Amino acid sequence: MIVVIDYGMGNLGSVANIIKKVGHTCTVTSDLSLIDKAGKLILPGVGSFDNGMENLNRLGISEVMTKKVLQDKTPILGICLGAQLMLEASEEGKLPGLNWVKGKVIKFRFTESQINQRIPHMGWNQVDVKKQNPAFNNMYENPKFYFVHSYHFQLDNEADTLTTTEYGYEFSSGFSKENITGMQFHPEKSHKYGMLVYKNFLES
Amino acid sequence: MLTKRIIPCLDIKDGRTVKGVNFLDLRDAGDPVELGKRYADEGADELVFLDITATHEKRKTLIELVNRIALNLNIPFTVGGGISSVEDVSALLNAGADKISINSAAVKHPELVSEIASRFGSQCVVVAVDAKNINVAWKVFLNGGRIETELLLEDWVKQLEKLGAGEILFTSMNHDGTKNGFACEELARISDMISIPVIASGGAGKPEHFVEAFTKGKADAALAASVFHFKEIEIKDLKNYLAQQQIPVRL
Repeated sequence: MIVVIDYGMGNLGSVANIIKKVGHTCTVTSDLSLIDKAGKLILPGVGSFDNGMENLNRLGISEVMTKKVLQDKTPILGICLGAQLMLEASEEGKLPGLNWVKGKVIKFRFTESQINQRIPHMGWNQVDVKKQNPAFNNMYENPKFYFVHSYHFQLDNEADTLTTTEYGYEFSSGFSKENITGMQFHPEKSHKYGMLVYKNFLES
Repeated sequence: MLTKRIIPCLDIKDGRTVKGVNFLDLRDAGDPVELGKRYADEGADELVFLDITATHEKRKTLIELVNRIALNLNIPFTVGGGISSVEDVSALLNAGADKISINSAAVKHPELVSEIASRFGSQCVVVAVDAKNINVAWKVFLNGGRIETELLLEDWVKQLEKLGAGEILFTSMNHDGTKNGFACEELARISDMISIPVIASGGAGKPEHFVEAFTKGKADAALAASVFHFKEIEIKDLKNYLAQQQIPVRL
């Protein structure tokens, strides 16, 4: 069973739709027993870091999910805020993150020479895949994905970087560590590239 | 590198797409969902659906349409037209819209921009600004260009950025419907003035106009309607042309 975790952070319809489009079914829920039974988890989310953590903690999802991910090694895909929450902390908030992957979430910082970059980073940008990961199997050449964010991952271990993207400077736009994958961009809004990512993740 | 966005705009009336030339004469150009899907497959980066009826009775029809669009589309889309409250925004976002666009309501109640931004995030707040160059001053107009205000475009966009707008969709009424190109000088001026993305609108007629909007006009995205609806410009061809002209685009 594929479970899309609903913790009150944005509309999850587009995630459910794309899963359907690539030929799978999913359950969108905050029910802890369903989350506990999931074979694959997706943690989407749009909004602020503290709101996201507060909701996960209040609903008891943090605990169940952490057990699933760290002990049972259930594959999980985090998207945008959902991925940011998997790190230790964020400059956007005060609450600790889920702390599954070492690193922080920081605001874009541009130097004088990069001053013209607008924040949020919004639109389609190139994603360079840095290591082997099933999500990017048979990926099209020069894949581009839809981004909309003001904060980005800053990973402690370079080996965790899955993809990089250039915006003023190069940053990690995706990470992966064992069963945990996180993406700053929105594959559910990224047409054929995104459909392939979901298909790959769900069928790997 | 972040790419420049090409955004077809679909004006919606009673569930069908229409395009007004200079906002007046309306013509029918197809089913919004079918058209939207076709544009997405041809390489459109985003879509804007503008409900030009947007009366209270029609609100439910719009929500149903937005639901149907969200089910069928896998690129980001914005919905605008007649939005005047946080509740309107909430209903549209819940139906699956990625962003909403407000226009007249922002002028009448600037605090609405902040309210929407703080509740749903700046990334979903597009403020559409219709302006006309009258005796060298760019004046902001309301209600689809029918009502002139005392607001000056440049003051207004700066204020909008402070209020928390995520993007500015600037339509030059002098250029809209002319097919003679975008208002590049003014676009560049407001683009330099604010640090949120500016979408150029009004005046697209040839592929060269898009190049100008991105280079001379410093726009982050360009929006057009009839040139796409009537296939005067195919999005695929346009993007190939832009790439040849060294404009970063998603092919």
